[in-house]
Formats: sequence, C-alpha cells, structure tokens
Amino acid sequence: MTFDAMNTGGLRSKMRQDRRTILVAAIAVAAAGGLTSPVFAAEQADPWPELSRDIFNGRDLKEGAGLIAIEMPYRAEDAAIVPVTLRATVPAGDTRTVKAITLVIDQNPAPVAATFRTGAGVAMISTRVRVDSYTNVHAVAELSDGQLYASAVFVKASGGCSAPAAKNLEEAKTNLGQMRFRQFARPADGPMSGTREAQIMIRHPNNSGLQRDQVSLLYVPAFFIRELRVWQGDELVLAMDGGISISEDPNIRFNYLPNGATRFRVEAVDTDGHVFKGAWPVEAAM
Amino acid sequence: MSWFAVAIPLLFGLISLAHAQAAESALEITEIAEGVFVHFGVNALMTTENEGGIANVGFVVGDAAVAVIDTGGSVREGRRLLAAVRTVTAKPIRYVINTHAHPDHAFGNAAFARNGAVFVGHRNLPRALSTRGPFYLSAFRRIMGNLLDDAELVAPQRQIEGEEQLDLGNRILRLRAWPVAHTDNDLTVLDEVTQTLFTGDLVFLRHIPVVDGSLRGWLTVLGPLAHVPARRVIPGHGPAAPWPVALDDERRYLDRLAADCRALIARGTPLAVAATTAGVSEKSRWELFAEYNARNATAAFAELEWE
Repeated sequence: MTFDAMNTGGLRSKMRQDRRTILVAAIAVAAAGGLTSPVFAAEQADPWPELSRDIFNGRDLKEGAGLIAIEMPYRAEDAAIVPVTLRATVPAGDTRTVKAITLVIDQNPAPVAATFRTGAGVAMISTRVRVDSYTNVHAVAELSDGQLYASAVFVKASGGCSAPAAKNLEEAKTNLGQMRFRQFARPADGPMSGTREAQIMIRHPNNSGLQRDQVSLLYVPAFFIRELRVWQGDELVLAMDGGISISEDPNIRFNYLPNGATRFRVEAVDTDGHVFKGAWPVEAAM
Repeated sequence: MSWFAVAIPLLFGLISLAHAQAAESALEITEIAEGVFVHFGVNALMTTENEGGIANVGFVVGDAAVAVIDTGGSVREGRRLLAAVRTVTAKPIRYVINTHAHPDHAFGNAAFARNGAVFVGHRNLPRALSTRGPFYLSAFRRIMGNLLDDAELVAPQRQIEGEEQLDLGNRILRLRAWPVAHTDNDLTVLDEVTQTLFTGDLVFLRHIPVVDGSLRGWLTVLGPLAHVPARRVIPGHGPAAPWPVALDDERRYLDRLAADCRALIARGTPLAVAATTAGVSEKSRWELFAEYNARNATAAFAELEWE
C-alpha cells in the first residue's frame, strides 16, 4: 500500500520550471521518470521574486506577518487535497479592510491557486488545494488602500496536480455541479467577532490538465471552476477566481458578517461555460 | 565459424546466466495449505532496500498448472517469486492474477510477462493501470531508482466481471470482482480445495487499512465478503488468519473512521482538524498508523461530507 509513499518519501515532481513551460514540464514528468534527485529542488532558484512581479505587476509587497496568515500542514497527507486556511487580521485601530487575498503555490504548474475578493467581515477562508512539489505557499492580502502584504509557509507534498483524478469517474460525471451550502452555528473565531461561518461545496472534477485519460491515455484537458460568487441578499460576500490548483469538488469555508438578508445565492462558472446556481435561506444563529 | 560467432552468444549466455542467478534467489515461501504457497511482505513503505517487497504474494499449484497471485513491488521481487515457484514445481504458470493495480502488488508483473501466462484482473484494472500506472511508475522510480527500470504495466488479457473460475487441473480457483472498496478494481481468489482466500488489500491485518476507493463502498463490501466460504485468508498485508474473524479488526477501524468523520462533519469541524483526530483511538492497534491514518481520514471526510 505504498501508492502514496510519494507524500512521505521525499520525492518531488519535476514541475518546478518557469510556469511558462508548464505543459512541456508536465509531459516530461510522465515521460522521464527518475532523473530528479531531491537535492535538485533545493538548488533551484526561488521563483517568488519573478512570480510575484508577474502576478502583481511589480507592485511593492510588504511583510505580511501579523496581517495575513496561512495555515497548512507542513507535510501534506494527500497532495491532491491539502487543507489551507487563510486568516487576515487588520490590527486594532487600523481602519483599512481586506479587499482580496491571492493564494500562490509557488512550485505548482499554475502557481496562482485562487484570488478571493472578500465582502463584509470575511477574514477567514479555508479551501483545499493540490500541491505538486515541495514548495513555498504565499498568501497576499490587498487592503482597501491598495497596499499588498505577503506571507509564506513551506509545504512538503508532491504529485498533487498530476495525481489521478476521481476515484469514481462515473459518479463524478453524474454529479457535476451539484452544490451544498452549510451554515455553522458558531464561528471558529469566537462569538465576539459577530461573524458567522458558511461553506460552499460544489461537485466538479476540477481537472488539472495534467491527469491522463483512462482509455485514450491522453491528458484530460483542464476543466475547472474558474469563478465562484456567493451573495448574501444582494451583497457579494465572497468571489473566487480559481485555477487548477483547487482540489476536486471545490470546497470553500469562510466567515462573514450577517447583513440581515434572508437568502444566500451562489453562482459558479466552469471553463466549459457551464453555469451552476444555488440558493439557500439564511439559517437563524444558534 | 569464427571465434567471434561462438564467443558472442557464449558471452551473452554467461551474462544472462549471471544475471539470472544474481536476480533469482528464491523468495522465502510458506506452504500455508496443500499446494498453496505464500511469501509474506514486510509491513513497511516500499524502498530500494526491501525491493518493494511489502505485500503478500503467492501461488497455487494444480495438477496441470500454476496460478500466481500478485507479483510484488519490483520486477526483482517478481523474478524471485518465479524462482520460488520453480523450487516447488516445473509446471507451467498458466495465470498471473493481479488483485488490484497498486504498485506493491503489480510492479513485479514484467517477470512473468513473456512466459505465456495469461494475466487476469478486475474489469476495471486496465483503466486503473492506464490512469494511475504512469504516475505510480514515475513516482516510485524517484524513490526506488534503478530497481524499477524494467518495471512495466501489464494489462490483464482476461478481465473478470462478477464471479468466474480458473482451472489449474483438478483445482478450481474462484475469482470475484468487487464493487469499489479498497480501490475500484479489487479482485479476490478462492482456492476451492483448501478453502484459502486471497483477498488482496480488501483485507489488512496489523498493517493499517488504506482507503483509496471508497470508505462507504468498503464497509458495504465487508458484508458479502464475510460470507465467502473460506477457512483462512491471505490478506494483502499481514499474516494468514482464520476466516471470517480476520475481518474484525479492519471492520472496527473502518467503522471508527466513518463514525468519527460523520460526527466531526455534523459538528462543523474543518477538514484540517478532522485529519488529525478521526480514527486516532485506533493508533495503538496498527502498524504504519502515522503513515496512513491522516490520509485515510482526509479521504473519508471528503467522501462523507457529501452524504
């Protein structure tokens, strides 16, 4: 039962090249096998300076410690479903608010996992991501004054993007786009914050484009949720622009400030243009 | 004929003989019942040092032929299994049965691939080999290096759906393909004569069960599996044991994992926390718990969240 020893045995994917060469690299992984030694990665140049310049158009990134935190297991148990929690904490007395948080998995073939735009009170977002190799993970918070703050953690995992999809392929097709919305009785942040927590789950294979088809042996084209919006009444609570690093069956949990609306609405769009919609009544706080 | 024409084949002959001898020290086997031989793997992760030899592999000898059941975690282990067969009998190997697609059970296939044996597996095995095989090969080549240079994915010519029989000459093997459980391609083999059941990884003993298919599916399969008329089981990992009590530990673990995950989901506990809490009361009862439990919990939680 060692099919997943790759998560514990110190191996790593080769997909650490410049992200512009992602497809070439992805195919090389399947073809080339065992040429990479664990040392190889450590000797690679840190991609972050160039990566962050590209993603944020050269804007200045300030140290994010104390303002934006990333919680991720140091060693991922399953590289295809690694839990990640982002917490933004604006210091007391600071009147700025958080506008957006971008999650970047530096060594993934498509490093920008998601950008979340945050509505009122949203200071915590949890989701699940694929991690393709030992990597730094960055979270960059954009505050209402336009300043960017970055934090990083290091995660040991490998193979998450090319890991085979769907253990049950027939089921995945049947359930495409099915949604579930949960509201939690009490926010994890404590009752004082006045915020509550909710979770949106959507059935979608979120194919990375790096997985092989069962019959043709060709790579399954990337097919994923690229946009997800959650409204509380008419107010946008959370919007995600997602990529292939979000795990199969995207699952996002977040806190928010109740605004008195009676209904949540969710809309998701995938890369094939399917639109999935759902609506749920706001449950009374318990 | 020049010396050259003689020397070259001789040289190749010597090389292949040396290679065969070096590679073919027979695996240690136990005759668990009359005509039923098993090599028990070590409870560990696959490494170069253990040659990938972590799963149980075996063979059954009939009047006319032999069936090999799983081939091990490297071609070298496969060759050593072949050598072990040859210490027992010269009868042809008619069938090579793969209980599922995982590397520790199927990476030895190439050792048997060119001897006329028919490869046999679950109807879903070809799909699993094609979707996961290349990933397994490249991943494990990075751990085990040269040892997997000659590993090949060998798809089954004979694919089992439901229940079918193989005849080894006055010896019937009953094969059964199961719905998604440990994986979506689990196959069991029952030797009718001795009522010995090879389950592959549908059964784990001592080695923590690993969920790679469906936790709910597995728990469902345990019902009919327990009714297979066997006296003893050769699990995928762990010792031979009486049947069906051998299922008790595994069922308890899987039940615990499911119950813990369901309770955590109902309470609204996040996955990250669940991964480190579900199933932990089982810790002292299993080997390799630290290596697999959190992964099992993650998979179980993500599956049961949709109930």
